[in-house]
Amino acid sequence: MNSNLANYIVQIADNNLILAQRLGELCGHAATIETDIALTNISLDLFGQVRSYYQYAASLMGNEASEDSIAFLRTEGEYKNSLLVEQPNTDFAYVITRQFFYDQFHLLFLKKLQHSSDENLRAIALKSIKEVTYHVRFSSDWMLRLGDGTEESHQRVSQAVSDLWTYTNELVTASEIELEMASQGIGVNPEEFRAEYFTSLKSVLNEATIPVPEHSYFQKGGKQGIHTEHMGFILTEMQYMQRTYPNMTW
Amino acid sequence: MQVADPEIPVLSIIDMGVVRSARLQNSEAYIEITPTYSGCPAMDVIGDDIKKAMKEAGFQAHIKLILAPAWTTDWITEAGRNALQKYGIAPPLNPDADKDALLGQKRVVPCPQCGSTNTLMISQFGSTACKALFKCEDCLEPFDYFKCLR
Repeated sequence: MNSNLANYIVQIADNNLILAQRLGELCGHAATIETDIALTNISLDLFGQVRSYYQYAASLMGNEASEDSIAFLRTEGEYKNSLLVEQPNTDFAYVITRQFFYDQFHLLFLKKLQHSSDENLRAIALKSIKEVTYHVRFSSDWMLRLGDGTEESHQRVSQAVSDLWTYTNELVTASEIELEMASQGIGVNPEEFRAEYFTSLKSVLNEATIPVPEHSYFQKGGKQGIHTEHMGFILTEMQYMQRTYPNMTW
Repeated sequence: MQVADPEIPVLSIIDMGVVRSARLQNSEAYIEITPTYSGCPAMDVIGDDIKKAMKEAGFQAHIKLILAPAWTTDWITEAGRNALQKYGIAPPLNPDADKDALLGQKRVVPCPQCGSTNTLMISQFGSTACKALFKCEDCLEPFDYFKCLR
């Protein structure tokens, strides 16, 4: 029971961790100073939420588990994040589109998690909702700017939407553990808000004059630990310090 | 009251609403604090500063970090709001004051330098996660606005 709960918490937090790491890569490299600060602030929010989740999971796991061992000492197959969040920072349009697809999911997810029967998950959700509301605003605003901006920005963001669309559905497809935790009233079954998720995406895309992709072939695997080729590179960079200097802390 | 927010030194952690409870028992002090934002990097420093200040006052402090109820800008005291204003940070107004960067929303955030409300949001995220970056169109000074979190 406790180990299932711990695994569930780690799965939902892994999305935040990997996306936060991707956003962290942009520190000092984003398009403008304002977007640089915004993206790294969002990264910081996500890392903060991850720490709350992992600390809670570590307390359930016992033994020598800690937030650091969960974050830094697992192998690729043990990370259960969705494929979307590990996609690379190809260009600003991809960064914003990835963020937009995730933020819209994230807010709907937290709005369910705030009613969890688990007191700690409720607290983390209620705290996170306030932060993620800002993330949704930021990425949705930028979708409008890029889509309804210049010919170049419209073309690039349409390309990003078309490429990343295949990773959206995994977010709102339940894994075994999600179904189990949802049935116990602890976790969330994301399929319950799948329709709402796609409606929100389409409404912003329409307003931004970005064509909504029509193909319905969707990638999956992340929640089962089967990742795209990008994941290994992320972990190599992320785990370097902890692997080279074991047990290092702040 | 001597312990200040390390990122906004004019504001004590009491005025900030970060301290949620404090209890003294003999020479031990039990203090609960809550983060403004999940990723607030100041929490460790705040915890250490409290321990230090309590030690100087002759108490050993035990700090507990709590998440619920989640922090809101409504917990910033009147004195805290005034201190922010004087320091050049516009205090939080309402959740919609910085809602829309794109559409021509009503300009309501007053510039802490000259008081004009002819101000423009430059970025929803400012120098720290809790602030947004604004510019005054009258005195042309940029300034931080403390985002309303409810």
